[in-house]
Amino acid sequence: MATCKTDTTLDVRDRMNIVIVGSVDHGKSTLLGRLYADTGTLPEGKVEKIQAICKQQGKEFEYAFLFDAFLEEQQQGVTIDTARTFFQWAGRQYIIIDAPGHKEFLKNMVSGAARAEAALLLIDALEGVRDQSKRHGLLLSMLGVRQVTVVVNKMDLVDYRQETFALIEKEYRAFLSQLDVTPQFVIPASAKRGDNIATPSPHMPWHTGPTVLESLAQFSSESEKAEQPLRFPLQDVYKFDARRILTGRITSGRLKVGDQVIFSPSNKSAVVQTLEAFNVDPPPTQTQAGQSVGITLDDQIFVERGEILSHEGSLPLVSTTFRANLFWLGRRPLDMEKPYLVRLATHEVECRVAEIHRIVDADNLSLDQQQTSAVVKRNEVADVTIQAKAPLAFDLYADFETTGRFVLVDDYDVSGGGIITEMVADREETLRIEARQRDFAWVKGDVTLADRAKHYGHRAALVLLIGPDTTGKTFLAKKVESMLVAEGRHVYMLDPENLRRGLDADLQEEDARETIRRYGEVARLLIDTGVLLISTTNSFTPSTWLRTGPSTGLRAGLPADQVVEAIRTLVHPAPVLTVYMSQETTPSSFDGAPFDFAPPRYAQDRPIEADLSFTGPEDFTRTAHDVLAALKQKGILAETIGNQPVFQFSI
Amino acid sequence: MRHLRQLEDQSVYIFREAYKHFDNLGMLWSMGKDSTVLLWLARKAFFGHVPFPLLHVDTSYKIPSMIEYRDRLAREWRLNLVVGQNKKALAEGMNHERGRVECCTALKTNGLKLLLEEKGYTGIILGVRADEESTRAKERYFSPRDKNNDWDFRDQPPELWDQFKTSFPPNTHIRIHPLLDWTEINIWEYIKLENIPFMDLYLNRGDGTRYRSLGCAPCTFPIKSTASTVDEIIEELRATKVAERAGRAQDEGRGMELLRKDGYM
Repeated sequence: MATCKTDTTLDVRDRMNIVIVGSVDHGKSTLLGRLYADTGTLPEGKVEKIQAICKQQGKEFEYAFLFDAFLEEQQQGVTIDTARTFFQWAGRQYIIIDAPGHKEFLKNMVSGAARAEAALLLIDALEGVRDQSKRHGLLLSMLGVRQVTVVVNKMDLVDYRQETFALIEKEYRAFLSQLDVTPQFVIPASAKRGDNIATPSPHMPWHTGPTVLESLAQFSSESEKAEQPLRFPLQDVYKFDARRILTGRITSGRLKVGDQVIFSPSNKSAVVQTLEAFNVDPPPTQTQAGQSVGITLDDQIFVERGEILSHEGSLPLVSTTFRANLFWLGRRPLDMEKPYLVRLATHEVECRVAEIHRIVDADNLSLDQQQTSAVVKRNEVADVTIQAKAPLAFDLYADFETTGRFVLVDDYDVSGGGIITEMVADREETLRIEARQRDFAWVKGDVTLADRAKHYGHRAALVLLIGPDTTGKTFLAKKVESMLVAEGRHVYMLDPENLRRGLDADLQEEDARETIRRYGEVARLLIDTGVLLISTTNSFTPSTWLRTGPSTGLRAGLPADQVVEAIRTLVHPAPVLTVYMSQETTPSSFDGAPFDFAPPRYAQDRPIEADLSFTGPEDFTRTAHDVLAALKQKGILAETIGNQPVFQFSI
Repeated sequence: MRHLRQLEDQSVYIFREAYKHFDNLGMLWSMGKDSTVLLWLARKAFFGHVPFPLLHVDTSYKIPSMIEYRDRLAREWRLNLVVGQNKKALAEGMNHERGRVECCTALKTNGLKLLLEEKGYTGIILGVRADEESTRAKERYFSPRDKNNDWDFRDQPPELWDQFKTSFPPNTHIRIHPLLDWTEINIWEYIKLENIPFMDLYLNRGDGTRYRSLGCAPCTFPIKSTASTVDEIIEELRATKVAERAGRAQDEGRGMELLRKDGYM
């Protein structure tokens, strides 16, 4: 029987979250109960109270009952959900998280382990390494818990034999090494009997390492995150008083007043003017990883939640596509056909699973045993490629923990989590790099985009009209332009055809992408002047009808969705409103003016997802009004002009 | 004090996530030490402002000085205070003598339910802590409640890496718990660190007793204590092995599991 140890250190120097994991019935709750009982850290009367309940129900007292709170948990002797328990020892305040081992409650185990900085992983000496022991080991490594101590429990049931312990230790160490995890200690113990929990076991003199209690102090709570490059995901922008404060939690590195910061993926930059804090005097001048902060900038730029602030020397990656290891906890299997939301730090964007490369089997981690599948089922781990609808800033998990991982949301629920293993260059990669480098080098005047927006009564933006030929796009563009100018807005219709004989004079028909790139750069330039630009896209997409006259040939072009994406990448982060125009029947006239050529024949063109769609509109004035309403709704047009319009600087 | 700043950073992050995702947000304030620290953390998160209403479910049985303290801070800190009360149950004479669980259910759980129905809040911030009692130890930071306010503790959503449950079906709401990782001692350490004003009911005022936990007058009992300063409270708590809520009558037996399943705080 173990004796009771007592802690005499009262001052708390730091705190740490530790999770206890392992297969069901391997003794996690018992270990936890024992740890508290043998260190005298249970509330008065707690053991007696549980003993009395056990006696009343006619069952043997178990330490596990101390923390299984729900009636069902005690009746079934199974932990259903993770419990946070508080434990103070040798100057450190611990939250010890008892995670359920039952496979059915894996999502609860994951929730518990995701909060932890270190783990105790239990293996039953009699049962040895089970599937669930391996699965928990794999999940710990994916959840970022790198500090692991393995406890081989129930040694009393194998007569405290060193050989039994050594076999389990060897097998499990070999497994963990495949995950690049080295356990800090492997401890033989019996939680039920108190061997090597708080006091060394007289039954296992061959064990020279620490007890479980001693091993806790060996977990390091010192984070190296402050030494890494800066990552500061923007959480929100506040304007409660005269200050416009950008808030968020620094996930790595340091930030100080006077630093130039870059926002990704928008590529904007500004200088940190102040750090803001309540009830802190004098205000802080620098801050670091882990801290929830507020900053003000020297320049009132438009920035949105989800962007990642960094220094220019070390930027995060930007793409729509990345490869990841993902664990799935959803009720429904992960399906390639279904849209999900990806949440990465504070960024949230719709995505799809572009590819499921293989299902990772915890029992066999080697890559040569490929197991492909069309879906990822609950509690499975898979190697996947995720494709988001819009570019997002991220890092590889191997480099940065917090900005290298994400969750997927299915309907209302967080249903899976993953760590990013690889950036996948998408089609826009080249243009994105061009836009990034061009934006960083851009020489700015003293007038900001926000100043211009205030002056003109709208944000600089692009309206793109897409769709087959002769659906009235140019006609509508002209109408929208006239109406906006009549309201006093600063607006310009740019027909891409206007670039053909000048800027694009050196280009051939097949240089479609270069034509688009040049248009995109012109659009970017005009948008920087604060203008609201309206363009059609026919010049970039394939001809959709055949003219009867001999003078014009067919345009090759690119599919409309690719055109829109390329333009979006180049004018990023300016808002783009897409308007799709199509026709059900062959028109005989536009707004009363008859065509002077034969009715066109249409080629197949896939409609694309657009903000607005019109099919064969007859009243173009009304259609133009709809476009204006959409611009207002998107926060691009201010309601009234000249009257100090208020713009939403952040979502 | 590093551990207190770590707790503060996490709580502030939770506050800001809540404010970002919930259009109709409210925060419960019972004027006790925990929810007053909660209020202070809101002012930290929003730089001196509290951009949502504070809700007090008034059972009418509170100790009178608690109401004075409430009204004084509301004035000084320019708080938007919303007081709810189950007037029907009170008119019918509900009190603790009809049974403690019955009384808590009527005046607190149902009082809160009525307030939620009336105002349509979709997010409620509360100051519950995991170390208070064992069902709270199993809570999430963002914890869904169904349309009957029930807590389905058998099937809680996963909570990964500070990605909280912020979307939910209509007619349900989310309880938000920024103080879940704080202990009773941390609360007092933080009150001392930030010099937060608190009610003197928590101190021994010469009669050798003080309140360790505050609730309704008939169901909350003072403990024997000589602690008359925050430092002395911290010292006392470090030495004690008596549970914090030992003076709260509704915790007897399975009271809390049953109460909380049905929507108690």
